[in-house]
Amino acid sequence: MDLRELYQEVILDHSRRPRNFRELPGANRRAEGHNPLCGDRATVYLLVEGDVVRDLSFQGSGCSISTASASMMTDALKGKTLAEAEALFERFHELVTSDPSKAAAASAELGKLAVFAGVHEFPMRVKCASLAWHTMKAALAGGAKATTE
Amino acid sequence: MSTGTVRSTTGYDVAAVRREFPVLRETVNGHPLVYFDSAASAQKPQAVIDAERSVYEHYYSNIHRGVHRLSTLSTKAYEKARDTIGAFLGAASRREVVLLRGSTEAINLVAQSYGRRHVGPGDEVLITGLEHHSNIVPWQLLCDEKQAVLKVAPIDDAGDVDLAAFERLLSPRTRIAAFAHVSNALGTINPVRRMTELAHAKGAIALIDGAQAAPHLAVDVRAIGCDFYAFSGHKVYGPSATGALWGREALLAAMPPWQGGGDMIASVSFEKSTWNELPYKFEAGTPNVAGTIGLGAAIEWVTAIGLDKIAAYEHELLEHGTRLLSELPGVRLVGTARAKAGVLSFVVDGVHPHDVGTVLDHEGIAVRTGHHCAQPVMDRYKIPATTRASLACFNTKEELDALARGIQKVQEMFA
Repeated sequence: MDLRELYQEVILDHSRRPRNFRELPGANRRAEGHNPLCGDRATVYLLVEGDVVRDLSFQGSGCSISTASASMMTDALKGKTLAEAEALFERFHELVTSDPSKAAAASAELGKLAVFAGVHEFPMRVKCASLAWHTMKAALAGGAKATTE
Repeated sequence: MSTGTVRSTTGYDVAAVRREFPVLRETVNGHPLVYFDSAASAQKPQAVIDAERSVYEHYYSNIHRGVHRLSTLSTKAYEKARDTIGAFLGAASRREVVLLRGSTEAINLVAQSYGRRHVGPGDEVLITGLEHHSNIVPWQLLCDEKQAVLKVAPIDDAGDVDLAAFERLLSPRTRIAAFAHVSNALGTINPVRRMTELAHAKGAIALIDGAQAAPHLAVDVRAIGCDFYAFSGHKVYGPSATGALWGREALLAAMPPWQGGGDMIASVSFEKSTWNELPYKFEAGTPNVAGTIGLGAAIEWVTAIGLDKIAAYEHELLEHGTRLLSELPGVRLVGTARAKAGVLSFVVDGVHPHDVGTVLDHEGIAVRTGHHCAQPVMDRYKIPATTRASLACFNTKEELDALARGIQKVQEMFA
């Protein structure tokens, strides 16, 4: 297993220069996520109009995988409907937790997010990759807190 | 790593020591295993593996119960381990040695048995800022139940307990002072004898969390003068879920039982039960028979090598590692106390410890990343986590060199 399968260039890039890394003025959904195992924290802000995610952003601190995952999630979900966001959450979850054969289908629908496929080989890092996604889901569900536990 | 003829300047034969640890023959990601996580749990030498295996192959049985041959042999070996553990800690009598799952259980026993009887509303329990969770949470549970106050003596930037503050925070209301002998997150060796004197001067009893000390320094509870000492077997090369509470006999004798069950009773009727004598009063149920016998073997093993020799060798390693990591740009050591044992906790600028740990693992190097079950220590330094390389009797300078090279790879990857 090459470490570069986990730390792909696009992941390193998003971890060094996270996109949408800010508070979102006018956000109407917000949740805080916490991974008690490593202390990673992520706050996800969403502006939802009707059933569309108009805008979203995040803040927090974490490892390269959790930061890049949050960054790429915010890019991917902008303009998506709530149903599409929910579906992407499910696909992403399959991608990082399932074996590669099952994850292939998910990977096709995930586009750029498919770079996280390598996380599957590092079970201890799955929670890093999914923290922002769980937090986003909690925000949409109206909860204020998410945890990877 | 080279396991060749590495001989330290103190005449310690690390190559011979390494040969006793079968796990060191393993490879990880194509590299020889470098195990720097002994502060979480130490690896086991052949002598310990053999001792535990021999129990199951030849004479395993429940203890203190049967009249048959195997029960006699198991009981004898188990009680011999108690004596070995007691001697190792400096106990005055075997009645003072309660065999348990480890230091966490030992601290909970004292909090629940001694604490619930002696701590009341408005009383105080004093701990320090470098405790790990098992010497914080049992006292929080006790204080919540009794409306008592948990006080915390701060640590300074180096990771030393502020002794003046510790003394100031002791009051006539302090019933228990509980502190680590050695910090697992930072490696600080506390002046436990002095801290015990300070606690006694205010009428408090002193409990020492020795989870991290025993593998690195000789413990003598009577020389320290403390009242309770919590000891974990798995960190001193013994099996997991083994350990002991040492307590002053007079205190233990006056304490109510903690858990009820078999073995801890003298007689049972539905109207009333009476308690077994010390130390069995605190040992309910079937214990870790084979594991405890293995712990006895572990103590005999380290004692045969000599704890002083091990400590001197580990100090050499610590100095070598401290020098190496201090010279790496962008690396900062966390915990630089004057007296330290076996721990190199550090942060790499701009790189999260999880990423450090994953890259090092790729090089076959096992380190702990995270808060080391000591979140308040991390908060003190305003960092979420560190990477920790902890040293043991089988580590080498060459392995520390590999660690330094691994950190440079981390920096290249995340630059």
